[in-house]
Amino acid sequence: MTSWPILSVVTFLPLAGALFIALLPEDEAGIRNARWTALWTTFITFIISLILVWRFDPTSADFQFVEKQPWLGGAISYAMGVDGISLPFVVLTTALMPISILASWTAIQLRVRDYMIAFLVLETLMVGTFCALDLVLFYLFFEGGLIPMFLIIGVWGGPRRVYASFKFFLYTLLGSVLMLLAIMAMYWEAGTTDIASLLHHSFPLSLQKWAWFAFLASFAVKLPMWPVHTWLPDAHVEAPTAGSVILAAILLKMGGYGFLRFSLPMFPDASAQLAPLIYVLSVVAIVYTSLVALMQEDMKKLIAYSSVAHMGFVTMGIFAVTAQGVAGGIFQMVSHGIVSAALFLCVGIVYDRMHTREIAAYGGLVNRMPLYAFVFMVFTLANVGLPGTSGFVGEFLSLIGTFRVNTWVATLATLGTILSAAYALWLYRKIIFGKLEKPSLFNIKDIGLREIAIMAPLVILTIVFGVYPKLVLDISSASVAQLIDNYQHAVGAVHAAALAR
Amino acid sequence: MYEAIVLLPLLGAVVAGIIALVGARNRFPGEEPPPPLDDHAAAPAGEDHARATPEAPHAAFANTHVEEPEHAPPAAGSLLAELTTSTFLVISCVLSWFALFDVGLAGREARVPLFSFITFGDLHSEWLLRIDALTAVMLVVVTTISSLVHIYSIGYMEEDPYKPRFFSYLSFFTFAMLMLATADNLVQLFFGWEGVGLASYLLIGFWYHRPEANAAAIKAFLVNRVGDFGFSLGIFAVFYLTRAVDFDTIFAQAPALAGKSFHFLSWNVDALTAVCLLLFMGAMGKSAQFLLHTWLPDAMEGPTPVSALIHAATMVTAGVFMVARLSPLFSLSPNASGFVTFIGATTAIFAASVALVQNDIKRIIAYSTCSQLGYMFVAMGVGAYSVGMFHLFTHAFFKALLFLCSGSVIIAMHHEQDTRKMGGLWRKLPFTYATMVIGTLALTGFPLTAGYFSKDAIIESALVSNSAMASYGFVMTLGAAAMTAFYSWRLIFKTFHGEPHDRAHYEAAHETSKTMLVPLALLAVGSIAAGYPALALFTGHGADEFFRQSLTLGPAEKLFESAENLPLILSLLPTVMMIGGFLVAYQFYIRRPDIPAALARDQNLLYKFLLNKWYFDEIYDFLFVRPAMWLGRLFWKGGDGFVIDGFGPDGVSARVLDVTRNVIRLQTGYLYHYAFAMLIGVAAAITWFMFAGTH
Repeated sequence: MTSWPILSVVTFLPLAGALFIALLPEDEAGIRNARWTALWTTFITFIISLILVWRFDPTSADFQFVEKQPWLGGAISYAMGVDGISLPFVVLTTALMPISILASWTAIQLRVRDYMIAFLVLETLMVGTFCALDLVLFYLFFEGGLIPMFLIIGVWGGPRRVYASFKFFLYTLLGSVLMLLAIMAMYWEAGTTDIASLLHHSFPLSLQKWAWFAFLASFAVKLPMWPVHTWLPDAHVEAPTAGSVILAAILLKMGGYGFLRFSLPMFPDASAQLAPLIYVLSVVAIVYTSLVALMQEDMKKLIAYSSVAHMGFVTMGIFAVTAQGVAGGIFQMVSHGIVSAALFLCVGIVYDRMHTREIAAYGGLVNRMPLYAFVFMVFTLANVGLPGTSGFVGEFLSLIGTFRVNTWVATLATLGTILSAAYALWLYRKIIFGKLEKPSLFNIKDIGLREIAIMAPLVILTIVFGVYPKLVLDISSASVAQLIDNYQHAVGAVHAAALAR
Repeated sequence: MYEAIVLLPLLGAVVAGIIALVGARNRFPGEEPPPPLDDHAAAPAGEDHARATPEAPHAAFANTHVEEPEHAPPAAGSLLAELTTSTFLVISCVLSWFALFDVGLAGREARVPLFSFITFGDLHSEWLLRIDALTAVMLVVVTTISSLVHIYSIGYMEEDPYKPRFFSYLSFFTFAMLMLATADNLVQLFFGWEGVGLASYLLIGFWYHRPEANAAAIKAFLVNRVGDFGFSLGIFAVFYLTRAVDFDTIFAQAPALAGKSFHFLSWNVDALTAVCLLLFMGAMGKSAQFLLHTWLPDAMEGPTPVSALIHAATMVTAGVFMVARLSPLFSLSPNASGFVTFIGATTAIFAASVALVQNDIKRIIAYSTCSQLGYMFVAMGVGAYSVGMFHLFTHAFFKALLFLCSGSVIIAMHHEQDTRKMGGLWRKLPFTYATMVIGTLALTGFPLTAGYFSKDAIIESALVSNSAMASYGFVMTLGAAAMTAFYSWRLIFKTFHGEPHDRAHYEAAHETSKTMLVPLALLAVGSIAAGYPALALFTGHGADEFFRQSLTLGPAEKLFESAENLPLILSLLPTVMMIGGFLVAYQFYIRRPDIPAALARDQNLLYKFLLNKWYFDEIYDFLFVRPAMWLGRLFWKGGDGFVIDGFGPDGVSARVLDVTRNVIRLQTGYLYHYAFAMLIGVAAAITWFMFAGTH
């Protein structure tokens, strides 16, 4: 389709940037150059990824920009491609990287070169995860992403960084071992690791079931789903701001993407049988973590718990397997990628000034930081799911899609919209509103130009996607339609009839 | 033209918002934070706080006088913001009146498609302006009251330093309300619905340095969210049943749904009744009906023009509008309609009873609003949709007038709102007094005022409808009419008559500026004149020609006829009630001012019950707020901390350490390690072959 391997360029350009930074000297100039190199690399990668959107044919459900090379002796191939399900995540990743680099501009002073290298390598692995069309390649990217994030938390993190990264590692390790076993079994059974072929292979139910659980173990931890979510608040609290941004915006989405790419289409019967389990976990995630968020004393922890609740809508929508449910899940992930990233950046802005994330340490910031108050308000409302912001579209679609299948689940999940308003507005009130009474805050300064440059695109995207969601929804419509068709075909006429009733 | 009506307020809001932000930016310029001094990654936890604290004394020293928000200098560009938003609103208002004549009288309905909204699979929703007679009535009400409130606010907010922000919010509210009124589908309706909710939240909390204002703002948003929980489910159910969210398709399919049931939660319920009740839950929240009313009195923490515009004339009537808009659905479900009547009637009497004993001038009017909204729902419930809309229309004028008058009193009294500290003000504020009496006459239904026609029409509709619920509605609204007269005149007597209770405030009181008095005069004219000319359009035989398909008139037409043939004695009943209420108030507060205190002493329990608003806040706090907090803490410390982490990662690491320690203590080398690894390996291999062999 294309004369040049555009997906490989998008994937590996950051790695090239990382190599270049590694060659820079470790002096004042080298550090400055490292920052600029990282910024330019991520920015150019973003521009190239926009070419993908421009040249993408949204009417086709097929994989596009496909590249395929035999690799590792032929059994496994280097296969890349995107469809309407993966493309939004590729662009989300490339768009948030320059923002993350800018957010680390002054906050990171220690081992700047290594930090930038870690981020660029991370970008390669994340983009690769979304583009890989070979199971083994996917596995390598997917698990590889763990290492730079582990380092970012462990080296540049807060005081309890060792505990946090250990917890993060322990959880994900369990999942990845099981997923590797499942991948081996699938290769044994189907004789290939090519994802496009596997999508058309029908696996026996027994294998479907345990492989489904094996993949679930991995994706549920990443997403994270209740009850394997407890690593997330700790990881967020200890991670540097940009680390939290990428963690919340992209790494979590790998779990949701995995469900869409593997669990649903490859193990449809198992998915149909085990969907009630996902429903229960999703509803518990939404209600339980929203209540927990209500009691938090640390800004980052509160937003981390709210992330878990928002991901509950994603899993619920995906496993409803209706057009609106799946589209809602995808949109919710994109929206959450923008909004949670922005919220963590908002926390970072005051953290850089006051060096504390304790909610009680703030209050009345609107009296000194009016522009910050405005920006924070936009994202608070998006987090609450107010119509007109991107947060609404994802919640609305996933709920309306789920209601067609299970009214109990949709009803209980809708309770989350009340609770999210409670914790988000409470946080805003404690930090922004009120009199400015704490002496330490008297001289706090509003956001500077660099910070405006970071926040402005996110504000605009939040509102544009909220008012005109077609921009995202159209990209995925053909692929989602095909996913659902194949699923219903596989699950059989009985279930399809029940759905249509 | 219709785009201009809706979008001009938005444009005004954006312009004023930019002025507000630029002004704030100039006052507090931004600055990059300094890079961290040392390797903060290596800093222990305690040091984070330690570093922030030493700066504090220094900071306090450098900035000894903290600028209080309320005494800040006025924002730059205030005049520009005021003029832009007000001018846009007046233009929008003039166009709306044209629209009313064009659509209502000449019958030219319109649909103005803008662009696509949430559209995926078989779900289609668009941004589209739907202009029919029902919408046109709302357009006129909203833009008229809004433009008068904008002009009034120029005077009312004169000393406030944050005028551009205030006007931006006001205009944004108007935009959201117009989007709600022009919605062609449930999703756009929901957008406007939550948009006005946001504006209400921002405006209640406008004086953000006051903790009560912040609390009230959050409360308003949350209680409305509870209503919207039902509203959302209603939308989902409608889509599930009809595969559509746009009104025309839904209404076309509605008759076919009658009598059908669908499986909701674990029960088979009547489809239309369930849908209507769920949607009505949203209306109960937004229109502050019984059980979900608790936010409205607290919302009085906002500036008074906001109370007039949002919490009296327009936003709180959105629920009534929604039921009218969905009248083709509600009219098919007698059970849901009965429930609407029940809630409306209960609210009418409950809120009026609470208003009897309140002392805050704005809270009295707030409970009155609540009660009047109940009247409108009674009309909606008995099928007299156009009558309910009629009361919505007239109520907007006199209730906005009452609020703006009370604002004038509050300004004159230097922000004193307690009626116990007022008295005798008619000498100082003759113009305000005169207009407020006009508003009170209209509210209590004095013959030939606007309120007289619409309120009597509601009571009569309830009387002539044949159902138990309607009879309940009749009795309750009749009782509430007497109470309305009592608390309204009580307010007038306590504020304007008798002896001044606070000399200092009384002496300083003076009539306010022209920008505030002109809107009062115009609204007073409306309070008198809005009734009769519109009577035929809303309740007579002209209604059919006026509303056409925009709302269901079906049963209402029969109601009009039987109401016309009512015995004179029955049609005089509301007026009798009104006079009775007035006489009791006159007796209590002019002739024998010692009676109320004595009564409160004698009937202490009842008095306390009413004064504390039937203890709803306390009950909800006990039932919902505390359990939510308790559960949150339990899940966090117990669920996440003790169970999940305890048996999960922390537990695993502790066990590993235990095993290692035991291994070391037993001095048995690596044997256990090998045995352990082998066991796991064998188990894995067996599992593998078991699964591999099954296909």
